[in-house]
Amino acid sequence: MAVFDFLLAYDFLLIALLAGLAVAAVAGPLGSLVVWQRMAYFGDSLAHSALLGIALGLWLSIDGGVTTTLTCLLVALLLTVLEDHQKLATDTVLGIFSHTFLALGLLAITLMPGGRTNMEALLFGDILTVTTAEVITMWGLSLAVLVVLKLQWSAIVAMTVHQDLASVEGISVGRHKLLLKLMLALTVAISMKIVGVLLITALLIIPAAAARQFSKTPEQMALGASLLAAASVCLGLAGSLFWDVPVGPTIVLSASVLFLVVRVTSRPYI
Amino acid sequence: MNIDTLINLTNVSKQFGEHVVLRQVDLDIKRNRIITLIGPNGAGKTTLVKVVLGLLGVDDGKVERSSHLKVGYMPQKLDLEPTIPLQVGRFLQFAEPDKQLCRDALNRTGILQLIDHPVQKLSGGETQRMLLARALLRRPNLLVLDEPVQGVDVTGQEALYQLIASLRDELECGIFMVSHDLHLVMAATDDVVCLNQHVCCSGSPQQVSVDPAFVELFGTKTALYTHRHDHHHDLNLEVISDADQPSGLDHQSKANHAVSTEVGSEVDRGGV
Repeated sequence: MAVFDFLLAYDFLLIALLAGLAVAAVAGPLGSLVVWQRMAYFGDSLAHSALLGIALGLWLSIDGGVTTTLTCLLVALLLTVLEDHQKLATDTVLGIFSHTFLALGLLAITLMPGGRTNMEALLFGDILTVTTAEVITMWGLSLAVLVVLKLQWSAIVAMTVHQDLASVEGISVGRHKLLLKLMLALTVAISMKIVGVLLITALLIIPAAAARQFSKTPEQMALGASLLAAASVCLGLAGSLFWDVPVGPTIVLSASVLFLVVRVTSRPYI
Repeated sequence: MNIDTLINLTNVSKQFGEHVVLRQVDLDIKRNRIITLIGPNGAGKTTLVKVVLGLLGVDDGKVERSSHLKVGYMPQKLDLEPTIPLQVGRFLQFAEPDKQLCRDALNRTGILQLIDHPVQKLSGGETQRMLLARALLRRPNLLVLDEPVQGVDVTGQEALYQLIASLRDELECGIFMVSHDLHLVMAATDDVVCLNQHVCCSGSPQQVSVDPAFVELFGTKTALYTHRHDHHHDLNLEVISDADQPSGLDHQSKANHAVSTEVGSEVDRGGV
Protein backbone atom coordinates (compact mmCIF):
# COMPACT_ATOMS: atom_id res chain seq x y z
CA MET A 1 0.00 0.00 0.00
CA ALA A 2 1.98 2.93 -1.33
CA VAL A 3 -0.50 5.49 -0.05
CA PHE A 4 -0.39 4.06 3.44
CA ASP A 5 3.45 3.99 3.52
CA PHE A 6 3.43 7.56 2.31
CA LEU A 7 1.07 8.62 5.08
CA LEU A 8 3.14 6.83 7.70
CA ALA A 9 6.28 8.53 6.47
CA TYR A 10 4.58 11.89 6.72
CA ASP A 11 2.56 11.45 9.90
CA PHE A 12 1.56 15.12 9.91
CA LEU A 13 -0.36 14.32 6.74
CA LEU A 14 -2.16 11.44 8.40
CA ILE A 15 -3.14 13.70 11.29
CA ALA A 16 -4.26 16.41 8.89
CA LEU A 17 -6.35 13.89 6.97
CA LEU A 18 -7.98 12.57 10.13
CA ALA A 19 -8.75 16.14 11.25
CA GLY A 20 -10.30 16.98 7.91
CA LEU A 21 -12.44 13.83 7.94
CA ALA A 22 -13.72 14.64 11.45
CA VAL A 23 -15.07 17.91 10.09
CA ALA A 24 -16.35 16.34 6.86
CA ALA A 25 -18.41 13.82 8.84
CA VAL A 26 -20.49 16.52 10.59
CA ALA A 27 -20.37 18.99 7.70
CA GLY A 28 -22.66 16.70 5.66
CA PRO A 29 -25.78 16.56 7.83
CA LEU A 30 -25.31 20.00 9.41
CA GLY A 31 -24.52 21.58 6.06
CA SER A 32 -27.71 20.05 4.66
CA LEU A 33 -29.71 21.57 7.52
CA VAL A 34 -28.01 24.94 6.95
CA VAL A 35 -29.05 24.80 3.29
CA TRP A 36 -32.63 23.71 4.07
CA GLN A 37 -33.14 26.36 6.75
CA ARG A 38 -31.21 29.09 4.90
CA MET A 39 -28.85 29.51 7.82
CA ALA A 40 -25.72 30.39 5.82
CA TYR A 41 -25.55 33.85 7.36
CA PHE A 42 -25.92 32.37 10.80
CA GLY A 43 -22.97 30.07 10.07
CA ASP A 44 -20.93 33.08 8.95
CA SER A 45 -21.69 34.95 12.17
CA LEU A 46 -20.57 31.98 14.22
CA ALA A 47 -17.44 31.54 12.14
CA HIS A 48 -16.47 35.17 12.48
CA SER A 49 -17.05 35.09 16.21
CA ALA A 50 -14.51 32.26 16.39
CA LEU A 51 -11.82 34.91 15.82
CA LEU A 52 -12.93 36.58 19.03
CA GLY A 53 -12.52 33.23 20.75
CA ILE A 54 -8.93 32.99 19.51
CA ALA A 55 -8.21 36.52 20.75
CA LEU A 56 -9.72 35.63 24.10
CA GLY A 57 -7.49 32.57 24.34
CA LEU A 58 -4.37 34.64 23.61
CA TRP A 59 -5.39 37.25 26.11
CA LEU A 60 -6.10 34.78 28.91
CA SER A 61 -3.18 32.55 27.86
CA ILE A 62 -5.34 29.46 27.68
CA ASP A 63 -5.93 26.99 24.89
CA GLY A 64 -7.50 28.69 21.86
CA GLY A 65 -9.63 25.64 21.11
CA VAL A 66 -11.45 25.91 24.44
CA THR A 67 -12.11 29.65 24.17
CA THR A 68 -13.18 29.34 20.54
CA THR A 69 -15.67 26.59 21.35
CA LEU A 70 -17.10 28.51 24.29
CA THR A 71 -17.32 31.75 22.33
CA CYS A 72 -19.14 30.04 19.44
CA LEU A 73 -21.62 28.42 21.83
CA LEU A 74 -22.25 31.74 23.63
CA VAL A 75 -22.72 33.62 20.36
CA ALA A 76 -25.16 30.95 19.16
CA LEU A 77 -27.19 31.50 22.32
CA LEU A 78 -27.00 35.29 21.99
CA LEU A 79 -28.12 35.24 18.37
CA THR A 80 -30.99 32.89 19.19
CA VAL A 81 -32.27 35.26 21.88
CA LEU A 82 -31.83 38.31 19.63
CA GLU A 83 -33.62 36.66 16.72
CA ASP A 84 -36.76 36.41 18.84
CA HIS A 85 -36.59 39.95 20.21
CA GLN A 86 -35.93 42.35 17.39
CA LYS A 87 -37.81 44.00 14.60
CA LEU A 88 -35.13 44.04 11.90
CA ALA A 89 -35.00 41.26 9.34
CA THR A 90 -32.94 38.30 10.52
CA ASP A 91 -30.36 38.57 7.75
CA THR A 92 -29.82 42.25 8.61
CA VAL A 93 -29.25 41.46 12.27
CA LEU A 94 -26.90 38.61 11.38
CA GLY A 95 -25.14 40.86 8.87
CA ILE A 96 -24.49 43.43 11.58
CA PHE A 97 -23.20 40.86 14.06
CA SER A 98 -21.26 38.80 11.58
CA HIS A 99 -19.10 41.66 10.38
CA THR A 100 -18.85 43.31 13.78
CA PHE A 101 -17.43 40.05 15.15
CA LEU A 102 -15.00 39.81 12.26
CA ALA A 103 -13.75 43.39 12.67
CA LEU A 104 -13.57 43.06 16.44
CA GLY A 105 -11.69 39.76 16.19
CA LEU A 106 -9.19 41.13 13.68
CA LEU A 107 -8.50 44.19 15.83
CA ALA A 108 -8.28 42.20 19.05
CA ILE A 109 -5.71 39.82 17.57
CA THR A 110 -3.69 42.60 15.97
CA LEU A 111 -3.57 44.57 19.20
CA MET A 112 -2.65 41.54 21.30
CA PRO A 113 0.65 42.31 23.08
CA GLY A 114 3.55 39.90 22.81
CA GLY A 115 4.12 37.68 19.82
CA ARG A 116 2.60 38.03 16.40
CA THR A 117 -0.17 35.70 15.41
CA ASN A 118 -0.32 34.15 11.98
CA MET A 119 -3.47 35.90 10.76
CA GLU A 120 -3.52 33.96 7.52
CA ALA A 121 -3.79 30.66 9.40
CA LEU A 122 -6.78 31.96 11.32
CA LEU A 123 -8.57 33.27 8.25
CA PHE A 124 -7.85 30.41 5.86
CA GLY A 125 -7.00 27.50 8.13
CA ASP A 126 -3.82 25.58 8.81
CA ILE A 127 -4.62 21.92 8.80
CA LEU A 128 -0.95 20.87 8.72
CA THR A 129 -0.29 22.24 12.21
CA VAL A 130 -3.05 20.21 13.88
CA THR A 131 -1.69 18.20 16.83
CA THR A 132 -2.62 14.66 17.83
CA ALA A 133 -4.42 15.97 20.91
CA GLU A 134 -6.43 18.32 18.73
CA VAL A 135 -7.44 15.52 16.37
CA ILE A 136 -8.69 13.47 19.30
CA THR A 137 -10.73 16.45 20.58
CA MET A 138 -12.11 17.09 17.11
CA TRP A 139 -13.23 13.50 16.64
CA GLY A 140 -14.72 13.50 20.14
CA LEU A 141 -16.81 16.58 19.42
CA SER A 142 -17.63 15.41 15.92
CA LEU A 143 -18.89 12.04 17.17
CA ALA A 144 -20.87 13.72 19.97
CA VAL A 145 -22.61 15.95 17.42
CA LEU A 146 -23.27 12.95 15.16
CA VAL A 147 -24.83 10.96 18.00
CA VAL A 148 -27.14 13.82 18.97
CA LEU A 149 -28.03 14.35 15.31
CA LYS A 150 -28.82 10.68 14.88
CA LEU A 151 -31.13 10.72 17.90
CA GLN A 152 -32.92 13.96 17.00
CA TRP A 153 -32.71 13.75 13.21
CA SER A 154 -36.33 12.97 12.47
CA ALA A 155 -37.60 15.71 14.77
CA ILE A 156 -35.20 18.31 13.38
CA VAL A 157 -36.04 17.48 9.77
CA ALA A 158 -39.79 17.44 10.55
CA MET A 159 -39.42 20.89 12.07
CA THR A 160 -37.49 22.04 9.00
CA VAL A 161 -40.23 20.80 6.67
CA HIS A 162 -43.12 22.45 8.53
CA GLN A 163 -42.72 24.05 11.92
CA ASP A 164 -46.38 24.24 13.01
CA LEU A 165 -47.15 20.73 11.80
CA ALA A 166 -44.18 19.37 13.74
CA SER A 167 -45.25 21.32 16.81
CA VAL A 168 -48.82 19.98 16.68
CA GLU A 169 -47.35 16.48 16.40
CA GLY A 170 -45.57 17.01 19.69
CA ILE A 171 -42.09 18.16 18.69
CA SER A 172 -40.63 20.90 20.87
CA VAL A 173 -39.64 23.34 18.13
CA GLY A 174 -37.83 25.90 20.29
CA ARG A 175 -35.64 23.27 21.93
CA HIS A 176 -34.67 21.63 18.67
CA LYS A 177 -33.87 24.96 17.03
CA LEU A 178 -31.52 25.80 19.88
CA LEU A 179 -29.99 22.33 19.76
CA LEU A 180 -29.31 22.72 16.04
CA LYS A 181 -27.62 26.08 16.60
CA LEU A 182 -25.43 24.74 19.39
CA MET A 183 -24.36 21.80 17.21
CA LEU A 184 -23.55 24.24 14.45
CA ALA A 185 -21.46 26.26 16.90
CA LEU A 186 -19.44 23.14 17.82
CA THR A 187 -18.96 22.30 14.14
CA VAL A 188 -17.70 25.79 13.42
CA ALA A 189 -15.31 25.58 16.36
CA ILE A 190 -13.72 22.35 15.14
CA SER A 191 -13.63 23.52 11.51
CA MET A 192 -11.64 26.62 12.41
CA LYS A 193 -8.26 24.91 12.08
CA ILE A 194 -9.15 23.15 8.86
CA VAL A 195 -10.42 25.90 6.58
CA GLY A 196 -10.25 29.06 8.72
CA VAL A 197 -13.01 31.48 9.66
CA LEU A 198 -13.64 32.82 6.16
CA LEU A 199 -14.23 29.47 4.49
CA ILE A 200 -16.14 27.45 7.10
CA THR A 201 -19.56 28.17 5.63
CA ALA A 202 -18.31 27.07 2.23
CA LEU A 203 -17.41 23.64 3.59
CA LEU A 204 -20.94 23.35 5.04
CA ILE A 205 -22.87 24.55 2.01
CA ILE A 206 -21.03 23.46 -1.13
CA PRO A 207 -20.99 19.66 -0.51
CA ALA A 208 -24.63 19.78 0.63
CA ALA A 209 -25.69 21.72 -2.45
CA ALA A 210 -23.86 19.18 -4.62
CA ALA A 211 -25.44 16.22 -2.84
CA ARG A 212 -28.89 17.73 -3.38
CA GLN A 213 -28.52 17.08 -7.10
CA PHE A 214 -28.69 13.30 -6.81
CA SER A 215 -30.60 12.78 -3.52
CA LYS A 216 -34.16 11.57 -3.12
CA THR A 217 -34.34 11.62 0.68
CA PRO A 218 -32.97 13.97 3.37
CA GLU A 219 -30.76 11.14 4.63
CA GLN A 220 -29.20 10.53 1.22
CA MET A 221 -28.36 14.21 0.98
CA ALA A 222 -26.77 14.30 4.45
CA LEU A 223 -24.66 11.21 3.76
CA GLY A 224 -23.79 12.30 0.22
CA ALA A 225 -22.67 15.68 1.51
CA SER A 226 -20.40 14.04 4.08
CA LEU A 227 -18.80 11.85 1.41
CA LEU A 228 -18.32 14.83 -0.91
CA ALA A 229 -16.83 16.87 1.95
CA ALA A 230 -14.47 13.98 2.73
CA ALA A 231 -13.47 13.79 -0.93
CA SER A 232 -12.86 17.54 -0.92
CA VAL A 233 -10.57 17.20 2.11
CA CYS A 234 -8.57 14.43 0.38
CA LEU A 235 -8.34 16.31 -2.91
CA GLY A 236 -7.49 19.55 -1.11
CA LEU A 237 -4.65 17.97 0.84
CA ALA A 238 -3.27 16.27 -2.25
CA GLY A 239 -3.60 19.42 -4.33
CA SER A 240 -1.89 21.57 -1.77
CA LEU A 241 1.05 19.14 -1.57
CA PHE A 242 1.30 18.88 -5.33
CA TRP A 243 1.16 22.59 -6.10
CA ASP A 244 2.51 23.82 -2.75
CA VAL A 245 -0.46 26.06 -2.03
CA PRO A 246 -2.45 26.69 1.22
CA VAL A 247 -4.66 23.75 2.20
CA GLY A 248 -7.86 25.52 3.32
CA PRO A 249 -8.63 27.28 0.04
CA THR A 250 -7.63 24.17 -1.91
CA ILE A 251 -10.14 22.07 0.05
CA VAL A 252 -12.91 24.59 -0.63
CA LEU A 253 -11.99 24.84 -4.30
CA SER A 254 -12.05 21.02 -4.54
CA ALA A 255 -15.57 21.11 -3.13
CA SER A 256 -16.53 23.68 -5.77
CA VAL A 257 -15.10 21.54 -8.56
CA LEU A 258 -16.98 18.49 -7.25
CA PHE A 259 -20.15 20.59 -7.13
CA LEU A 260 -19.71 21.59 -10.77
CA VAL A 261 -19.04 18.01 -11.85
CA VAL A 262 -22.17 16.76 -10.05
CA ARG A 263 -24.21 19.68 -11.31
CA VAL A 264 -23.47 19.11 -14.98
CA THR A 265 -23.79 15.34 -14.78
CA SER A 266 -27.12 15.22 -12.86
CA ARG A 267 -30.59 15.86 -14.14
CA PRO A 268 -32.37 18.87 -12.66
CA TYR A 269 -34.19 17.71 -9.53
CA ILE A 270 -37.27 19.92 -9.61
CA MET B 1 -67.47 20.83 29.75
CA ASN B 2 -69.92 18.81 27.67
CA ILE B 3 -68.86 15.19 27.09
CA ASP B 4 -68.87 15.69 23.33
CA THR B 5 -66.84 18.87 23.51
CA LEU B 6 -63.27 18.56 22.26
CA ILE B 7 -62.16 22.15 22.69
CA ASN B 8 -64.02 25.00 24.31
CA LEU B 9 -62.98 28.64 24.10
CA THR B 10 -64.69 31.12 26.41
CA ASN B 11 -64.25 34.86 26.06
CA VAL B 12 -60.84 34.50 24.43
CA SER B 13 -58.91 37.65 23.50
CA LYS B 14 -55.54 37.97 21.87
CA GLN B 15 -53.51 40.95 20.78
CA PHE B 16 -50.14 41.48 19.16
CA GLY B 17 -48.69 44.67 20.60
CA GLU B 18 -51.44 47.27 20.33
CA HIS B 19 -53.25 45.36 17.63
CA VAL B 20 -56.28 43.41 18.87
CA VAL B 21 -56.69 40.29 16.75
CA LEU B 22 -59.31 38.34 18.69
CA ARG B 23 -61.92 39.95 20.91
CA GLN B 24 -64.00 37.88 23.35
CA VAL B 25 -64.34 34.86 21.12
CA ASP B 26 -66.47 31.90 22.18
CA LEU B 27 -66.09 28.62 20.34
CA ASP B 28 -67.25 25.09 21.04
CA ILE B 29 -65.79 22.31 18.91
CA LYS B 30 -67.66 19.02 19.28
CA ARG B 31 -67.14 15.43 18.27
CA ASN B 32 -68.93 14.45 15.04
CA ARG B 33 -69.60 18.05 14.01
CA ILE B 34 -68.03 20.06 11.21
CA ILE B 35 -67.53 23.71 12.13
CA THR B 36 -66.40 26.11 9.45
CA LEU B 37 -64.71 29.37 10.32
CA ILE B 38 -65.20 32.10 7.76
CA GLY B 39 -64.18 35.72 7.71
CA PRO B 40 -62.45 38.32 5.56
CA ASN B 41 -58.65 38.66 5.32
CA GLY B 42 -57.20 39.94 8.57
CA ALA B 43 -60.20 38.74 10.59
CA GLY B 44 -57.98 36.68 12.89
CA LYS B 45 -58.79 33.27 11.40
CA THR B 46 -55.18 32.07 11.42
CA THR B 47 -54.68 33.35 14.97
CA LEU B 48 -57.79 31.51 16.15
CA VAL B 49 -56.58 28.30 14.47
CA LYS B 50 -53.23 28.64 16.23
CA VAL B 51 -55.00 29.13 19.56
CA VAL B 52 -57.12 26.02 18.92
CA LEU B 53 -53.98 24.07 18.01
CA GLY B 54 -52.23 25.25 21.16
CA LEU B 55 -49.50 26.98 19.16
CA LEU B 56 -50.42 30.37 20.61
CA GLY B 57 -51.38 31.35 24.13
CA VAL B 58 -54.22 33.77 24.84
CA ASP B 59 -54.17 37.10 26.68
CA ASP B 60 -57.56 36.70 28.22
CA GLY B 61 -60.31 34.09 28.49
CA LYS B 62 -60.32 30.35 28.96
CA VAL B 63 -59.26 27.48 26.66
CA GLU B 64 -60.39 24.03 27.74
CA ARG B 65 -59.32 20.85 26.00
CA SER B 66 -60.74 17.38 26.39
CA SER B 67 -58.20 15.07 28.03
CA HIS B 68 -58.61 12.62 25.12
CA LEU B 69 -57.97 15.25 22.50
CA LYS B 70 -55.79 14.11 19.60
CA VAL B 71 -55.42 16.70 16.87
CA GLY B 72 -54.69 16.07 13.20
CA TYR B 73 -53.68 19.30 11.53
CA MET B 74 -53.70 20.16 7.85
CA PRO B 75 -51.90 23.48 7.30
CA GLN B 76 -53.00 25.98 4.69
CA LYS B 77 -50.09 25.26 2.42
CA LEU B 78 -46.73 23.64 2.38
CA ASP B 79 -44.03 26.03 1.24
CA LEU B 80 -41.37 23.39 1.04
CA GLU B 81 -37.83 24.47 0.25
CA PRO B 82 -36.84 23.03 -3.13
CA THR B 83 -33.51 22.08 -1.54
CA ILE B 84 -35.08 19.42 0.71
CA PRO B 85 -35.21 16.09 -1.12
CA LEU B 86 -38.47 14.60 0.11
CA GLN B 87 -40.87 12.04 -1.27
CA VAL B 88 -44.52 11.68 -0.31
CA GLY B 89 -43.98 8.45 1.65
CA ARG B 90 -41.13 9.94 3.67
CA PHE B 91 -43.22 13.02 4.39
CA LEU B 92 -45.86 10.85 6.04
CA GLN B 93 -43.25 8.99 8.08
CA PHE B 94 -42.69 12.09 10.18
CA ALA B 95 -46.11 11.34 11.69
CA GLU B 96 -45.96 7.54 11.57
CA PRO B 97 -42.81 5.46 11.01
CA ASP B 98 -44.80 2.37 9.96
CA LYS B 99 -44.69 2.24 6.15
CA GLN B 100 -47.80 0.09 5.77
CA LEU B 101 -49.89 2.55 7.78
CA CYS B 102 -48.56 5.35 5.58
CA ARG B 103 -49.63 3.41 2.49
CA ASP B 104 -53.08 2.88 3.99
CA ALA B 105 -53.48 6.60 4.68
CA LEU B 106 -52.42 7.52 1.14
CA ASN B 107 -54.80 4.93 -0.21
CA ARG B 108 -57.62 6.45 1.83
CA THR B 109 -56.99 9.92 0.41
CA GLY B 110 -56.58 8.49 -3.08
CA ILE B 111 -52.93 9.20 -3.91
CA LEU B 112 -51.17 5.93 -3.14
CA GLN B 113 -49.68 5.97 -6.64
CA LEU B 114 -47.72 9.10 -5.69
CA ILE B 115 -45.87 7.54 -2.74
CA ASP B 116 -42.42 7.88 -4.38
CA HIS B 117 -43.18 11.27 -5.91
CA PRO B 118 -41.15 14.35 -4.87
CA VAL B 119 -43.36 16.50 -2.64
CA GLN B 120 -42.42 19.68 -4.52
CA LYS B 121 -43.82 18.29 -7.77
CA LEU B 122 -47.34 17.65 -6.45
CA SER B 123 -50.27 19.71 -7.69
CA GLY B 124 -52.39 21.72 -5.28
CA GLY B 125 -54.99 18.98 -4.85
CA GLU B 126 -52.38 16.26 -4.46
CA THR B 127 -50.56 18.30 -1.81
CA GLN B 128 -53.79 18.76 0.16
CA ARG B 129 -54.48 15.03 -0.02
CA MET B 130 -50.97 14.27 1.20
CA LEU B 131 -51.40 16.71 4.11
CA LEU B 132 -54.75 15.13 4.90
CA ALA B 133 -53.16 11.67 4.90
CA ARG B 134 -50.55 12.84 7.39
CA ALA B 135 -53.26 14.28 9.62
CA LEU B 136 -55.16 10.94 9.46
CA LEU B 137 -52.10 8.98 10.54
CA ARG B 138 -52.39 10.50 13.98
CA ARG B 139 -55.79 8.79 14.37
CA PRO B 140 -57.24 12.14 15.43
CA ASN B 141 -60.54 12.88 17.13
CA LEU B 142 -60.26 16.44 15.89
CA LEU B 143 -59.17 17.46 12.41
CA VAL B 144 -58.13 21.08 12.00
CA LEU B 145 -58.12 22.04 8.33
CA ASP B 146 -56.85 25.47 7.31
CA GLU B 147 -58.27 26.41 3.90
CA PRO B 148 -58.35 22.76 2.78
CA VAL B 149 -59.21 23.44 -0.85
CA GLN B 150 -56.79 26.26 -1.49
CA GLY B 151 -55.06 25.88 -4.84
CA VAL B 152 -57.41 23.09 -5.88
CA ASP B 153 -59.50 23.30 -9.05
CA VAL B 154 -63.28 23.41 -8.86
CA THR B 155 -64.08 19.74 -9.39
CA GLY B 156 -61.25 18.85 -7.03
CA GLN B 157 -62.77 21.07 -4.34
CA GLU B 158 -66.06 19.20 -4.50
CA ALA B 159 -64.28 15.84 -4.25
CA LEU B 160 -62.11 17.02 -1.38
CA TYR B 161 -65.10 18.25 0.63
CA GLN B 162 -66.83 14.91 0.05
CA LEU B 163 -63.71 13.11 1.26
CA ILE B 164 -63.58 15.30 4.37
CA ALA B 165 -67.25 14.64 5.15
CA SER B 166 -66.81 10.88 4.75
CA LEU B 167 -63.73 10.97 7.00
CA ARG B 168 -65.80 12.62 9.69
CA ASP B 169 -68.28 9.75 9.58
CA GLU B 170 -65.51 7.17 9.52
CA LEU B 171 -63.39 8.57 12.35
CA GLU B 172 -66.30 10.04 14.28
CA CYS B 173 -64.08 13.05 14.81
CA GLY B 174 -64.81 16.74 15.04
CA ILE B 175 -63.68 18.92 12.18
CA PHE B 176 -62.68 22.56 12.52
CA MET B 177 -62.20 24.07 9.10
CA VAL B 178 -61.22 27.51 7.83
CA SER B 179 -62.55 28.94 4.61
CA HIS B 180 -62.85 32.43 3.19
CA ASP B 181 -65.94 31.53 1.18
CA LEU B 182 -69.19 30.41 2.67
CA HIS B 183 -70.76 29.15 -0.53
CA LEU B 184 -67.92 26.70 -1.11
CA VAL B 185 -68.56 24.90 2.16
CA MET B 186 -72.36 25.17 2.30
CA ALA B 187 -72.96 21.49 1.68
CA ALA B 188 -70.01 20.25 3.71
CA THR B 189 -70.47 21.94 7.07
CA ASP B 190 -72.82 21.63 10.02
CA ASP B 191 -72.09 24.96 11.65
CA VAL B 192 -70.57 28.22 10.53
CA VAL B 193 -68.77 30.74 12.68
CA CYS B 194 -68.25 34.12 11.07
CA LEU B 195 -65.23 35.91 12.50
CA ASN B 196 -64.13 39.50 12.24
CA GLN B 197 -61.93 39.89 15.33
CA HIS B 198 -65.07 38.94 17.28
CA VAL B 199 -67.68 36.34 16.39
CA CYS B 200 -70.21 38.36 14.39
CA CYS B 201 -72.63 35.53 13.83
CA SER B 202 -72.81 31.76 13.99
CA GLY B 203 -75.22 28.94 13.28
CA SER B 204 -76.17 26.76 10.35
CA PRO B 205 -74.90 27.89 6.93
CA GLN B 206 -78.44 28.85 5.93
CA GLN B 207 -78.89 30.97 9.04
CA VAL B 208 -75.53 32.67 8.76
CA SER B 209 -75.86 33.51 5.09
CA VAL B 210 -78.88 35.74 5.75
CA ASP B 211 -77.60 37.19 9.01
CA PRO B 212 -77.32 41.01 8.71
CA ALA B 213 -73.83 40.92 10.25
CA PHE B 214 -72.71 38.45 7.60
CA VAL B 215 -74.25 40.41 4.74
CA GLU B 216 -72.60 43.59 5.99
CA LEU B 217 -69.23 41.90 6.12
CA PHE B 218 -69.31 40.11 2.82
CA GLY B 219 -71.72 42.30 0.89
CA THR B 220 -74.59 41.18 -1.23
CA LYS B 221 -72.33 39.38 -3.68
CA THR B 222 -71.73 36.55 -1.28
CA ALA B 223 -75.22 36.70 0.12
CA LEU B 224 -76.48 35.92 -3.36
CA TYR B 225 -75.07 32.47 -3.00
CA THR B 226 -77.97 31.52 -0.83
CA HIS B 227 -80.22 31.83 -3.84
CA ARG B 228 -81.89 29.12 -5.85
CA HIS B 229 -82.57 29.06 -9.54
CA ASP B 230 -86.21 29.88 -8.99
CA HIS B 231 -85.62 32.73 -6.57
CA HIS B 232 -86.68 36.35 -6.87
CA HIS B 233 -84.69 39.46 -6.17
CA ASP B 234 -85.97 42.72 -4.82
CA LEU B 235 -84.59 45.99 -6.20
CA ASN B 236 -81.55 45.86 -3.92
CA LEU B 237 -80.61 42.43 -5.25
CA GLU B 238 -81.50 40.92 -1.89
CA VAL B 239 -83.05 37.52 -2.15
CA ILE B 240 -86.69 37.55 -1.20
CA SER B 241 -86.95 34.79 1.31
CA ASP B 242 -89.42 32.03 0.79
CA ALA B 243 -89.87 30.07 3.98
CA ASP B 244 -91.55 27.10 2.34
CA GLN B 245 -88.75 26.27 0.03
CA PRO B 246 -85.88 23.95 0.98
CA SER B 247 -82.75 26.02 1.36
CA GLY B 248 -80.21 23.50 0.08
CA LEU B 249 -78.37 24.12 -3.15
CA ASP B 250 -78.12 21.67 -5.97
CA HIS B 251 -74.67 20.83 -7.24
CA GLN B 252 -75.06 22.52 -10.56
CA SER B 253 -75.74 25.95 -9.16
CA LYS B 254 -72.94 25.62 -6.63
CA ALA B 255 -70.39 24.73 -9.28
CA ASN B 256 -71.42 27.68 -11.40
CA HIS B 257 -71.00 30.02 -8.51
CA ALA B 258 -67.62 28.64 -7.67
CA VAL B 259 -66.44 29.33 -11.20
CA SER B 260 -67.59 32.90 -10.95
CA THR B 261 -65.41 33.69 -7.95
CA GLU B 262 -61.66 33.85 -7.57
CA VAL B 263 -60.74 30.21 -7.35
CA GLY B 264 -57.36 28.74 -8.22
CA SER B 265 -57.41 27.54 -11.82
CA GLU B 266 -54.65 25.04 -11.42
CA VAL B 267 -55.14 21.81 -13.30
CA ASP B 268 -55.17 18.78 -11.09
CA ARG B 269 -53.37 15.69 -12.22
CA GLY B 270 -54.26 13.22 -9.51
CA GLY B 271 -57.84 12.49 -10.37
CA VAL B 272 -58.95 14.71 -7.49
